[in-house]
This record gives sequence, C-alpha cells and structure tokens, in this order.
Amino acid sequence: MMAADLSVNSVGVVTPQMAQFTAPFQFSNGTTLDQHTLVYETYGELNAAGTNAVLICHALSGSHHAAGVHSEAEKRPGWWDLTIGPGKPIDTNRLFVVCSNNLGGCDGSTGPSTPMPGSNIPWGSQFPQPQVRDWVRSQKLLAEYLGISRWAAVIGGSLGGMQALQWAVDYPDWVEHCVALASAPGLTAQNIAFNEIARHAILSDPEFKGGDYLAEDTLPARGVALARMVGHLTYMSADGMSDRFGRELREESFSSDGHRERVFQVESYLRHQGDRFSTRFDANTYVLMTRALDLFDLSEGYPDLATALSQASANFLLVSFSSDWRFAPQRSIEIRDALMATGKPVTYANIETDDGHDAFLLPHPTYERLLSEWMQRVGPSS
Amino acid sequence: MNRLDLNTVLDWVPRSSNVLDLGCGDGAFLHRLRAERGVTGVGVEIDADNLISAVQKGLDVIQEDINAGLRCFPAERFDVVILTHALQELTHPHIALQRMVQIGKEAIVSFPNFGHWFCRMHLGFKGRMPMSRAMPRNWYDTPNIHFCTVRDFEALCSELNIDIIERATVAGPAQRLLGKLWPNLFATSAVYRICQSGR
Repeated sequence: MMAADLSVNSVGVVTPQMAQFTAPFQFSNGTTLDQHTLVYETYGELNAAGTNAVLICHALSGSHHAAGVHSEAEKRPGWWDLTIGPGKPIDTNRLFVVCSNNLGGCDGSTGPSTPMPGSNIPWGSQFPQPQVRDWVRSQKLLAEYLGISRWAAVIGGSLGGMQALQWAVDYPDWVEHCVALASAPGLTAQNIAFNEIARHAILSDPEFKGGDYLAEDTLPARGVALARMVGHLTYMSADGMSDRFGRELREESFSSDGHRERVFQVESYLRHQGDRFSTRFDANTYVLMTRALDLFDLSEGYPDLATALSQASANFLLVSFSSDWRFAPQRSIEIRDALMATGKPVTYANIETDDGHDAFLLPHPTYERLLSEWMQRVGPSS
Repeated sequence: MNRLDLNTVLDWVPRSSNVLDLGCGDGAFLHRLRAERGVTGVGVEIDADNLISAVQKGLDVIQEDINAGLRCFPAERFDVVILTHALQELTHPHIALQRMVQIGKEAIVSFPNFGHWFCRMHLGFKGRMPMSRAMPRNWYDTPNIHFCTVRDFEALCSELNIDIIERATVAGPAQRLLGKLWPNLFATSAVYRICQSGR
C-alpha cells in the first residue's frame, strides 16, 4: 500500500497532544483516579470567540487519531479522514476539531495498560469500569483545559454517538449541535449478547490471566482476535458480505510451517481482521469498552427517554443505515421520536446501503452530502 | 406546474406557528413559510435528494414514509399540518387525514380535483384516463394512485368526523367565479382547512 495521499483535503501530518489532569477523577461506580492523562488531536484553528469548536467522539475501537497522518510514511490516515479535513463535511477550514482517546483506552489515554501511579505495574484488572457519562465528564475537563466553553457540535457514530447524546443531555449549555450516527439510546439484549460472546472469548483465553497479562508478560491475542471477528461480523450486512466475499476461495497460509490451505475469502478476511486487531488493541480496554456500551442507558435517572432528551438544548442530526442490524434504524427512530415528542429540532435520515453498521465510517455519496450540508449550520456563519 | 394552491395555504398558516409539512419535497415551500410567515417547522420527506435540498435550506427534515402512519408525532404537536398535492399519492389517504388532524390542531390539505370538467370530458368522450399538463403520466405509471373529487373529499371528511373550517378553490383565470360556485366542476385544485370534529 502507498503512503496516504496528503495532497487533497487532508489535515496533513498531525501530532497527538497530551493533557495531564492532576485533580482526582471519580467514576460513576465510585472508584477514583488520582491523576490521569488524555491524549488528543486537534485540526483547524479555534477562533477568537471560541464558537467553532467541534468534538468528535470515537467508537469502540477508535482513537484520538481521527484525521490526517502521524508521519508522511503512515499508510493509513485517521479513522474518519474521509469526513474531517479542509473542504470535507467536517470542514477544518471553518471548524476547530478535537478528538480524544477515551479514558480506559489503549492509545495513550490513561487505561488498563498504563502503569499504576508510583509503580511500573500496569493497572490491568484493577482499572475502574468507565461509563459513557464518565467519558463525557472527562471530555468536558479536556474542553476546559483547551479554553473551550461550548461545543458548536458534538459528533459521533455508534458508541461515539452515545457520547454525543449523553453530552447533549448532561451539559445542555455546552452543546449547540449534536450528531449521532448509527447510534442507540441503549443496547438491545441481542447486542449485549454479542458483546458478552466477545468478552467471553477474551476472558476464557488462558493468556488473559484475569486481566493481568501485562504484569505476567503475556498477551491474550487469540481471545482478542476472536472477539474482533465476532464484532466485525456484526458490523457487516449479509448482502454486503455476499457482494464482497461471495463463496470465493483463496489459498493462504495460517501456520508457521508454511502449509497452505484453501479457505473462503470471508474466513481469510475475518482472520486477518482478528489478527491485526489483536496486536493493536488492549484486551482489558476491549472488555471495559464493551461493558460501557452494555451499561449505557440514555434515559437513566429519568422516567423515560423523552424526559432525558428534554434536558438538551441542541439541534440534532440523527442518521441510521438501512442494513445496520447492530444499531438498527429503529434505534435511531426511538431517539428521533423522543426528540420529536419534546419539540427538539431534529433532522433524521436513513441511508440506503449494504454496508451495515460500518457504513457510518465508509464513503457514500448521499451520506456525505447530507452531513456536509447539515454541517453548514454548525459554527459561525460565514 | 402552476401551484396557486400554495398561495392560499400560505395565507392560512398563522404567523409564528409551528408547522409540519408532509411531503415537503426540496423544502422550497417550508422555506418560504419560514421567511414570509415566521413559522418554525419540520418537513417529512421520503426522497433522500429532496431531503438534502431541504437541509441545505437550513430546514429540519425527517426522512419518513407518510404511509407508515406518522407515528413519530404525538397528538397536537403542531399548530398546522400541511399536505399539498400529495393526498392522491398516498396508500391510505383516509388514515393520513385522521393522523393529520390528531397531530395538528388543524390541517391544511390541497389536491387536484378529479371532478374538473376537463377530466370528465376526457373520460366521457375519449374513454381514456385523463392526461394533461398537470397530470402528464399514464394511469399505470403515476404516483397519483388515489385521485378524488371535491365532493369525494368532503364526503370522506364527514365520514371521518373531520370538520371543514374553510375551503378555497383554484381555477383557471376565466373560471374563477365558476370555480367558487361549482367547485366540483370548475376547480382545478381545492384547498381545505380541516380539524378534528368538536375541537
């Protein structure tokens, strides 16, 4: 693969920043971190009035690296480079874009693989279980650290969409626009079940060592790979998979002795995805993130979803994708109807696609056009 | 197509009211309502390209099939629910009308009048389904699947316990008076303000 093409509409080479917080941070479950670090990236310039700041919330396996590349040689740009950049739907010519790695993550923010304070033993199994609203609160600390007092928009897909919604409910004065893509007000039993299978794959890997694999100098790579295979499968649609893989066979070697076997394309693809993920993503983080997903309930603390959303003062954009069965259109419709019931301004579209849940990250002319046009109302009018 | 019905609709929409425009298309009319009558509004549109055009105008739009029952809107959510020249395209016009007067304190409906003399002549003398500049499509290939006449519409309202608050007709320049006197024969379109009976 060639190095990413930086010539067109790219934010170019970006350098991740670190924000250190020395005040204790208490999680919803009562546990406390005495100090923590968030790693983040920014694209574009914050204007003098501070009216053009946009927060991007990442999904389960995302990171703070949403756009651009870390070096000219980097092969893959950030996870949402398609959408963020000069002249792109989230236009860095106009907007100041912030994306941080969630607390408990494994890309630089304090998390289970970070050493515990005053030692070099990683947190491992001892790291607190974050919830979506904890992430929102920590992102608010980051905003204050950056001198931002209000987001022109908070934007996210899937788990990131949940954060965007939680932001709008928890800090109404902070959120002018809220974009939730392929999201849900809470997971269904089926969704929790898939997460449980993924966690079980990790927890039952003998190398997991109860979460303290780093201290024991091992890695539950098989468990993480299997968890990712299950997850990845649910992010695609049956039609999309048929189109992409069909029943095609290929010869491939999976063993170290070089023995080649004929496998279906889809097998090869899933194995590849699993293997790649297992070397890049931390097992504990995966467990924590999926639990946070399971625990998320936007209506928590309120009699119902509409009452929860009645707190918000944002203008909403909700987008679902027709073949997404993990976060089905119906789930976005629940949010839409609750917003409609309380008289909140909302635009909703269901994009026709075979790309399943992954669609919110993939190119699609209608989706890109919609996002681009809707984003015109975000930030100071030009 | 000349949409004189829209001028009447515009006049009837109260200033600063909260409006739902069903089948808002590219949002041009809702945008005009916002500019000229200061309304706050939401559009419902099924077509993605239309929806994007409406979003481009700064409007809030819900992508939804009106035929699915408009369940997303609670009762009396809007001051006015508008349906212009789309009644004849619906699978169940009667269900849509019932929902409209539930979710809106009142509704404004306009539709082409199939009882117009031209349609009658066309059917009577040619023995073929009417086609005109306003109805350019063949019977088998048209979104207009539920044409009705002024009388049909009023009969349906009465059956559904819907009150007619006001009626206006649109007719050709030479037939404006005739359109008022004998709307079922001379109105090209009719515009109604309706509400749930007893409201």
